[in-house]
Amino acid sequence: MEVKREPIRRREGSSLSAGTVPVDAELLRVRRLNAPQLLRGGDLQGPNQPAHLEGTELERYVEERMLTTTLDKAVAWARSNSFFPLGFGLACCAMEQFHTAGARMDIARFGFEAFRASPRQADLIILAGRVSIKMAPIIRRLYDQMLEPKWAISMGACCSSMGVFNNYALVPADKFMPIDVHVPGCPPRPEALMHGILKLRKLVQDDPDMGWRERYGAVGTEERPEDA
Amino acid sequence: MPDATGLELLARELGDAAIETVYFRERATIVVDPARIRAVLQTLRGKGYAFMASLHGVDHYPEEPRLGVIYELLDMSAVDRIAVKVRVPLEAPRVESVTADWPTADHQEREVYDMFGVVFEGHPDLRRILMPEDYEGHPQRRDFPIGGEPVIFTRDEAKWLEARE
Repeated sequence: MEVKREPIRRREGSSLSAGTVPVDAELLRVRRLNAPQLLRGGDLQGPNQPAHLEGTELERYVEERMLTTTLDKAVAWARSNSFFPLGFGLACCAMEQFHTAGARMDIARFGFEAFRASPRQADLIILAGRVSIKMAPIIRRLYDQMLEPKWAISMGACCSSMGVFNNYALVPADKFMPIDVHVPGCPPRPEALMHGILKLRKLVQDDPDMGWRERYGAVGTEERPEDA
Repeated sequence: MPDATGLELLARELGDAAIETVYFRERATIVVDPARIRAVLQTLRGKGYAFMASLHGVDHYPEEPRLGVIYELLDMSAVDRIAVKVRVPLEAPRVESVTADWPTADHQEREVYDMFGVVFEGHPDLRRILMPEDYEGHPQRRDFPIGGEPVIFTRDEAKWLEARE
């Protein structure tokens, strides 16, 4: 079928840039199919890349992706809207963390008010505060006890990048566990922590598997009883 | 506080255990021979200073003897404070533990051991309290580096990763 190429006519008083822009449907289709590969840093030139598929192969490609994608999207939506935080308040940042659960910056609006006490029941660990060298293996053990899928937020400057206490006693959380979202601040305001949690929620909703685990080498984050 | 005169009388009673007295801004301090610290504290207890408020370590680098321990005693009925200092050199950082007489010294002596390396002989359980057990070094000494991590900003991350390889 021949694709009719027509320029978009600019309406009077619209805010589009000057001049009319010809739309190439073929180009748009190729770009849309290539976009996920580009975001993942993938290879566009190899075989089985969607832009090179045609006809029945393309249909089959879309079909198998559509079913899993929709189901995946539904599951990701559900997961992102029901984090069970393991609020791990270590130091001063914990004071601000309490206020996200308070009345003004209500975390229950989003469904995350169920702070679990046990790592087995939680899927989001919020490291609120500085992590000393002695505490690091304990936190790592807790993180390993959490069940997949699990995420981690590093709240405040100290656990992300040592903060004001850049000395012999502390270790940044990135050194011993994979972190999804770093929230800067000393301490971050409750709004800032909310922003970080919502960013994580968006990440889980849109693309829960952005490849960060391979980037950090974070495979095998399970607790194995024989190691204890 | 014992006033300056009271401090001198106290020091005279302690005899040659007292090396020096300092009276500054209405606070009294006696510098004492480390070998007799326990007896000195017991004497002061007899004088009414029955409460050990705290126990601290000091590094006087570059002065010798380098390491110091300060015992803060409080007389609760007369509301009087006195500080007792001992100085020990780095080569022989041994002080007798006063935990048997003053139970509060237990954890505080462990902290001084952890941070300065002063070994308290006779302590029931002398091990590190703040740093991990297998840590090497005594962080609060003046020649111990501050430590810490270089901060890697996200914009520099690629550069650091390739420098590491």
